[in-house]
Amino acid sequence: MARMKFVCDAERCIECNGCVTACKNENEVPWGVNRRRVVTLNDGVPGEKSISVACMHCSDAPCMAVCPVNCFYRTDEGVVLHDKDICIGCGYCSYACPFGAPQFPSQGTFGVRGKMDKCTFCAGGPEANGSQAEFEKYGRNRLAEGKLPACAEMCSTKALLAGDGDMVADIFRNRVVKRGKGAEVWGWGTAYGSRQAGQPAGAKS
Amino acid sequence: MKKALVIVAAATLLAACGERVQTMGAAVKPGSAAFNGTGKAFVDPGWKQGDKTSWESHLRARGDNSQNEYSRVN
Repeated sequence: MARMKFVCDAERCIECNGCVTACKNENEVPWGVNRRRVVTLNDGVPGEKSISVACMHCSDAPCMAVCPVNCFYRTDEGVVLHDKDICIGCGYCSYACPFGAPQFPSQGTFGVRGKMDKCTFCAGGPEANGSQAEFEKYGRNRLAEGKLPACAEMCSTKALLAGDGDMVADIFRNRVVKRGKGAEVWGWGTAYGSRQAGQPAGAKS
Repeated sequence: MKKALVIVAAATLLAACGERVQTMGAAVKPGSAAFNGTGKAFVDPGWKQGDKTSWESHLRARGDNSQNEYSRVN
């Protein structure tokens, strides 16, 4: 199997936040933490585009590179996960991540920053698959249940695609070929501010 | 005698120069692979828990069936 990947089709995303809600509900994400967010560029301007952003499970993950206690690991499917028993909550990963994926619950005493929390691609953590301990720390392990991440499966317009990178790329490529546009706005170029399709001339990116 | 004094003095002066070995207290132990399943009945039916090939083909089919309208409609 290739690597598990997310792709968000900006031509389809309607900013409904269904993915955010599905994630919060499925994983019982703590108050104040959003593992997934919908970002809208040029909000209110005709031609605005939205993309759903979470951990992109980078092939060369900067969070893994900067972690001082090496709490991150990568599964055989390419999913970047971390061990909360080792995390010290320093926050380096959040500075390193270009997607703002690492989140920190602030419910400790005096608002102290807790252990890092992020999207797990619904793959749980180091605890036993499907165990209560795993669910309480990382959320549901849907991959071990033969399912895909809840955010993508819940997406009403199927803008957010998840799964085997080859399969996801095939679906997205087919869409682009059929409709004749949209290859350039699925996320990377837009997220990094390049002026491409969907951005009105003169708009700030 | 002089030699012994030099050794004792050197040992005393250099005592603070040593460095304790600092190894990681704990190493990440990646959990069981996803294809091993949860061992519970509450999983998506149609694949065999513990069989990697079965899990991969099941997940691919699930993703394609649920996300690719072109293959569903046509």
